This record gives sequence, C-alpha cells and structure tokens, in this order.
Amino acid sequence: MTSEAVLTGEHFINGDEACAEGALAVGCRFFGGYPITPATEVAETMARRLPAVGGIFIQMEDEIASIAAVLGAAWGGAKAMTSTSGPGFSLMMENIGLGLVTETPCVIVNVQRGGPSTGLPTLCSQGDMMQARWGSHGHYEIIAISPSSPQEMFNFTIRAFNLAETFRMPVLVMADEVVGHTLERVTIPPAEEIVVVNRKKPTGSPETYLPYKTDSSFIPVLPDAGDGYKIHVTGLTHDERGYPGMDAKTQETMMTRLIQKVRKNRDQILDYEDYFLDGAEIVIVTYGSSVRPALRAMRGLREDGINVGLLKLNTVWPFAEDLIRKLAKKVEAFVVPEVNFGQISLEVERCSSGQALTHLISHAGGGIHTPQQVVEGVKETLRMLGSKRTKK
Amino acid sequence: MKQKAKVETHRHPKDELLREARMPHIWCPGCGIGSAVSAAITTLKKMGTDYDRLAIVSGIGCTGRVAGYLNLDSFHTTHGRAIPFATGLKLAKPELNVFVFSGDGDLFSIGGNHFMHAARRNIDITIFCVNNMNYGMTGGQVSANTPTGAITTTTPNGNTEIPLNLPSVAAACGAVYVARWLSVDVRRLAQSFHEALIKPGFSFVEVIAPCPTAFGRRNRLGSALEMTKLYNKNSVIRNGVHPDETVIEEGKKMVLGKFVDIQRPTFLEGLSTVSQLKGTMWPQKKVASNS
Repeated sequence: MTSEAVLTGEHFINGDEACAEGALAVGCRFFGGYPITPATEVAETMARRLPAVGGIFIQMEDEIASIAAVLGAAWGGAKAMTSTSGPGFSLMMENIGLGLVTETPCVIVNVQRGGPSTGLPTLCSQGDMMQARWGSHGHYEIIAISPSSPQEMFNFTIRAFNLAETFRMPVLVMADEVVGHTLERVTIPPAEEIVVVNRKKPTGSPETYLPYKTDSSFIPVLPDAGDGYKIHVTGLTHDERGYPGMDAKTQETMMTRLIQKVRKNRDQILDYEDYFLDGAEIVIVTYGSSVRPALRAMRGLREDGINVGLLKLNTVWPFAEDLIRKLAKKVEAFVVPEVNFGQISLEVERCSSGQALTHLISHAGGGIHTPQQVVEGVKETLRMLGSKRTKK
Repeated sequence: MKQKAKVETHRHPKDELLREARMPHIWCPGCGIGSAVSAAITTLKKMGTDYDRLAIVSGIGCTGRVAGYLNLDSFHTTHGRAIPFATGLKLAKPELNVFVFSGDGDLFSIGGNHFMHAARRNIDITIFCVNNMNYGMTGGQVSANTPTGAITTTTPNGNTEIPLNLPSVAAACGAVYVARWLSVDVRRLAQSFHEALIKPGFSFVEVIAPCPTAFGRRNRLGSALEMTKLYNKNSVIRNGVHPDETVIEEGKKMVLGKFVDIQRPTFLEGLSTVSQLKGTMWPQKKVASNS
C-alpha cells in the first residue's frame, strides 16, 4: 500500500532524493538545513514532501543553526535530519558534539564533495571520513554509515534513523557526490516491510527518575520535552541526574559510558557484505562510491585466476576492527581504493598490524576510480608481495 | 505520651520552580541575573501555564546557567546557539511555550545571526537577554554590548567600538514585542516577561543588569548596591518611543520601556496560510503602482 510517507513502488530518482524518501519512510518529520551542492536535492525533496505528511521543513540561516534546530526538534519528539556537504559539515562539528554528549537522536547526511575549503562543489570525494570520526572536539565514538548506490541511500537512511533512535546519538550518513547524483532505479517497499525503531520513553515516576542512569546496554531512556520529567539537558559534563559535575570522577563515569555505548554494542551496529573471502589471497576493502568499480575489478581479476575477495563496509564507524584483525591472519594483503589520500586505509593498516600488507589506491577527487585502476592496484600489490617473498 | 512537635519546614514560594539540588548557584553577590530569574519565576507562577508545557533554552555564559536552575524541561546548549535550538524545539512541539534565557555575549556577539533570522521568521519564542555589558563568566571581556570607552580585560585602554542597541536590532529584524527594563525593577520586569511570554511570535525583553564583579569593578562603578543605584538613577522610562531613540551612550539616560507591541503571522501560521494559497501568495502577478 502506498501512503504519503512511503511511496511504495519503483522510482527513477537520484541518491539524494532516495535519501529523503528513506527518511520520510522511517518517520522523519523535521528537516532543518541549508542549501549546498551536492546535497541540495535532499533538502529540496524534504521541502516538497514534508508538508504532505505533517512534518516541518525549515531552511535555516546556516549549517550551525541547522544542526542546532535538528537537536531541538529531536528533544521536541521528532525524528529529525539535516543534510550537507564538506563546508557545512565543518560548521556542524560543535553541535554534533552537543548531540553526542546530550544523547540526542538525529541523522546528519554528508554528501561529500572535493575539499579542502570550497574545493570541488559539484564533484566527488571521500575526504571527510576521518572528519566524521574525529571532527568535533573531545574524545567520542560515533556511528557512520556509507551507502554506495541510490537504493542504499534509501535503505541506509532508514537504518541511520533506527540506529539513532536505538542508541540515542547523532548518526552520520557518509554519502558522496557520485552516490548522491546517480540517477537509477530505487525500489521502495511496502510500508509494513520497513523496519521502524522508535526511541524508548521512561514510564516511571518523575520524582525518582534518573535520566542518564542506564542498564548494561549503556543506553539511557530519556523523555521528550513536555513529557513531565523536567529534564535538564546540558553540554557540560553531567551526572546521572543530568546535572553538571565539574570533576574528574563525573567526567570518567560519563565518558566511559558514552564510549562503551558504542564499543560494547558494536556487533549490533556493524554491517558489511563480503565476497569470496574464503581462501582469498588479497581482499579489497571498500565503501561508498568506490564499491562499484571495486566489484567490477574483483570479477575481472577472478576471471583471470587471481584470488581476490572483497569486503564492503556498510558501516565505517565504528570500524570493523575484529573482522580486519581476523582476516589479516589469513590473507596476504588488503587493497583499499579511496577517493582521498588514505583515511580508512589507515584503519585497515592499524588493525592488520603488520600481519598483512595494506595497499592504498588513492584518488584525489573529482571522480571515482575506474575498475581498471583498481585492477592495476591489485596487480601492483601482487608485485609487492612477490618481491617481499623473493627477499625472504 | 508527649506529642512530638511537628517540624514545619518553611519553603520559599518560589522554590517549586528552582532545582534546590543545584543550589548554591554560581552567580556573584550583587549580580543582576538573580533578580531577573526571580522576576521570571514570579511570571511563570502567575501565568498559570502547566509547568510541563514550558521549556527553557540557554546558551553559554553566566546567564546561560539559568536553564540549569529552573525546575522545568531545560536545555543548556552551545555558545550562541540557544535560538536555533529553541526554533527546532518549538516547531517540533508547538504546544510548548519555549523561552530563551541568555546573555548579551551569547545572543548578540557569537549568536547574533540566529537572533536576526528567528525574529525575521517570527518564530513563536520569547527571548530574555540579560545585558551585563561584558563577558562575565570568563572574567570580563568586551562584548558587542560594552559601552564605548569602557574598560574590560580585552579593552584595557577602553572600548573603541560602539555597542549594539538591542531594541533597535530586535525591532528592525521584525520582533513583535520589544522591551527593556532594569533587573532591579522586578515588578515591571515580571509584567513585561508575562506580556512577552503570552504574545504569539518572536518577543524580546532586554534586562539591563549590573555585573559588579567583572564590569563594575574595572570601570569604578562602585559596590553592587552603588552600581544598582547608579543604573536606576541614570535611566528613564519612555514607553512607546522609537527603538532608535534608546541607544545607550555616555551623558544620556538609559531609556527603558516597552517599544514594540505589534501583530503579524508567526512562522507556523505562515506555513498554514501558504499551504491554503497553494503558493500564490507571491509574486502578485500585477505591476505595483507607486501611489
């Protein structure tokens, strides 16, 4: 059945539009944003579609205001989202930290473009992957997912909201210009087939309620404004009551729980797809718009008798550390094509800790790798492995 | 058996709106924020609005701490961003009466852009700005509201810039209610807070408050009491004057009063109007005449 919010059926739309449709389908009813290429179509789609489903669209004065409004709307009970690209993502960093420390569920979409600075507004890059991980000040854990097609823009935006509602934190959708602007078939399933997670709400007496006291999940159960709990929400380090505590002990308790919330629940968050990992000599580790050329390269190489597998990271943060550690013991090398000069490849290298070679195939941005470039990268890796063996 | 004497615990009538577990507060003796908060509590009690229908948002700084002390749903956000946060909160849950309590540095130096746009959009929120003419929490630096010539730690030879005149800014940006009062005048302040809170649209009340510790001391304005008296003596109530006539400057009395009280559709009212008109509100497809 088609509803206003879930446009069940086959559509010919681009990744940005698919992202907006995913948000609407999972119940997003507030969008605060600022126009920026190549993410503008997300905002435009939301501006057109939100009023029809009783939601609010507001174009804010900048990206700082956009993310602030999104956090406010989330505390007003709405599933809320903003979308942006590099320059706007930089402006959002401070309030992403506020969202993390106040445990505010929301989704931030970054359709990456070439940087630094104004860079390449209309062209692709994966240069913000480490900014997604570390861009706001202070130490934290974050969740970031990486769609590689318009269909995944739809599916993964739904998952981003479900993760945000489950773990009560901002979740980043790290798309890129190629994924955002690819125009192709997107299938929107019937509403009843879409998994929708809604935040848990407290039910006990407000008198004895401790907002930031958690069970072994490390996830707090928090009310919305107006629920009668008179909650205090602050960006200052706070205790279980939500009250500021300016001392090392409060900092340790709060920080440890915030870190554990992601680390201890990593298995619930991680999502990846693997191809021919069993007995693979070389594994291509890939995400976002690099996935398609990498898959094509893998198929060609396997036809030529080269034993190559592929690992597609659907979640980039938290990083699939255990998986890479395990694989590093079995394979000879990892090959990482990235539209940057080495970001996720650094994580792969860290986790393989010398047990397998890590070879980066970098692309400066403005486009993505051709399958042939990935093939060359794998062949180069084979030569490196060969000379290593000869030396031994 | 002797009857045990019943112990009467006397509570101040305002305690119900304060988070007693958070006392003592951080404000210095003689600071004007306390009386502004007191006036706000008087208003909130008198309004009769269910406390669960109220939400306070603050930014950073001495006044930014108000959210933490009021026993309401309260949000202590990032520096300068209280207004956009309040915008999102109000739009997502319009049944809440959302008000912002923050300082001049927060709302007009780092956050000035957001003030301008929320006023322009006529978001239905109320802004209480405690103007203590400097950054108190960090020890007294120059703000966008420090008077020309005043000494602060970052203007050791005197401020060479002119301060923003907040009623002018608010009125020019489209606020529907604009007033300025002294923190010491709790009665008029509470009355003005009340009017602002029940007014649909973007309402603004500036509260001129002494900061004896950081601002008064460096500018030899005397003790907290002397400073309060000085502000009182050097001010005049002129309700209804044009906001541009309320500039605070040397040799002139500070003009207090209510300067703007008008009606225009709020952001949400505008949305429903536009959806009824199906986008035909603008442009009008005829040439405007000069007459």
